Amino acid sequence: MTTTTATTWIEACEADDIDAEDVIRFDHAGHTYAIYRSPDDEYFATDGLCTHERIHLADGLVMDHIIECPKHNGRFDYRTGQAKGAPVCLNLKTYPVKLDGGKVLLGLA
Amino acid sequence: MTKAETILVIGAGEAGARAAMALRENGFEGNVTLLGEEAHRPYERPPLSKAALTDEAEPQAAFILTPDRLDEHGIRHLGGRAAIAIDRAAHAVELAGGGWLRYDRLLLATGARARKLALPGAGPENVLYLRTFEEARALRSRLTPGVHIAIIGGGFIGLELAAAARARGTEVTLIELSPRLLARAVPAAIADVIAARHAAAGVRLLTGLGIERIEAEGARHAIRLSTGERIVCDGIIAGIGAVAETRLAERAGLAIDNGIAADKRLATSDPDIFAAGDCCSFPHPLYDGRRLRLEAWRNAQDQGNAAAKSMLGGGDAYDAVPWFWSDQYDLTLQIAGLPDEGHETVTRDLGDGARLDFHLASDGRLIAASAVGPNGKIGRDVRLAEMLIAKRATPDKAALADGSVKLKGLLAG
Repeated sequence: MTTTTATTWIEACEADDIDAEDVIRFDHAGHTYAIYRSPDDEYFATDGLCTHERIHLADGLVMDHIIECPKHNGRFDYRTGQAKGAPVCLNLKTYPVKLDGGKVLLGLA
Repeated sequence: MTKAETILVIGAGEAGARAAMALRENGFEGNVTLLGEEAHRPYERPPLSKAALTDEAEPQAAFILTPDRLDEHGIRHLGGRAAIAIDRAAHAVELAGGGWLRYDRLLLATGARARKLALPGAGPENVLYLRTFEEARALRSRLTPGVHIAIIGGGFIGLELAAAARARGTEVTLIELSPRLLARAVPAAIADVIAARHAAAGVRLLTGLGIERIEAEGARHAIRLSTGERIVCDGIIAGIGAVAETRLAERAGLAIDNGIAADKRLATSDPDIFAAGDCCSFPHPLYDGRRLRLEAWRNAQDQGNAAAKSMLGGGDAYDAVPWFWSDQYDLTLQIAGLPDEGHETVTRDLGDGARLDFHLASDGRLIAASAVGPNGKIGRDVRLAEMLIAKRATPDKAALADGSVKLKGLLAG
């Protein structure tokens, strides 16, 4: 059985608001997200808080396709949300992203 | 070294747990046993002086490994068992209560124990310490509104305890023998910010004072200071440092030098025995081989990983940049490298009261960075500074001081 859920696209920011290989914070409807621009100018989005101690990932450091939490340096691959070793053990939730007329849209179920 | 079939890790803390996992991550297929004196599975210690004391709910240990993860990785965890002797010739370890465990390679991740207050009148009935989850629970029950706690020691444990106690409405007097707080590892400029924050939170800070003895005062206690003043309080907590747990290694005849003496690959004076974490002293290549012993969460993890590789016959010199942090109130402090090796300091204002000090050697090389402020302000830049330190970079001083210059750019240069 498959279920399909309609995706709502929310305007998060201008594409140029994020530098290449960087991240910004986006808050919407009581939830916080992190939106990334990779070194090769692809855009991605994850939940905004580290799964270790709930710190804002947008304050962290992006290196290649890794976001590193500013608190204890837990690492995730922001393309997949996969935790990359201690102290993080839970993966991050990811969200679809698309560009539309120079804007970054975040896809929420 | 012969091929290892059985690796025994003594000490089920951060370093031991990480090493056990890293053995599997590096392809080891033999037996892995993780032996711990505490009955618990390995748990994180940093929350014990922070969230475990202040969260509204009764604290739960923050376990590093779930039972499923131990099973998946084929790690045998023996809790509540203490090693009492190592027979190096037989490659076997004797356990308290009887029994021996054989090993081909042995990792000593025995950690450190709280240094005890050596003062007339100071005994277990009136002085509490913080090292284990049980001790955190016992302390927590004492931190109630209106109660007056005296904390002896102005290092990280004492200060984190003071912040937690204030968050719970407990009155706090903190007594430090040195003229200032955090004298051992933190530059004065950063320690001053921390001291001011504690004073603003209502902590009475007494520095540069000796203590003569502890006396009974009815059902309460009195701390008699060298000035003659008596501090009357409902409870006393001492956070006066830790002592490397080397007793097992000493009895086995291993070299000791401010901890179990390891070489750059974390091997002890016995090539089949390794050391990692708080108990281990090692030569650091970034600081001209200066022998260090680091009581730090990150070092425990990194050395656990590194020791696992070395035990499997690989591994390079352990050269991770020392890094530690503390949380007190709304402030985070992070330090990368060894500030006391610094010759000159360059300060970068990060805004919102946050500052980042870069410590440079006489040849201009960046060798440490220390920062204090809200976490979101300092974490990324300290991490970048750490990477510059690891690269042995000699960044331009004006660029370091200029907050508009991105550190990431200096890293690329």
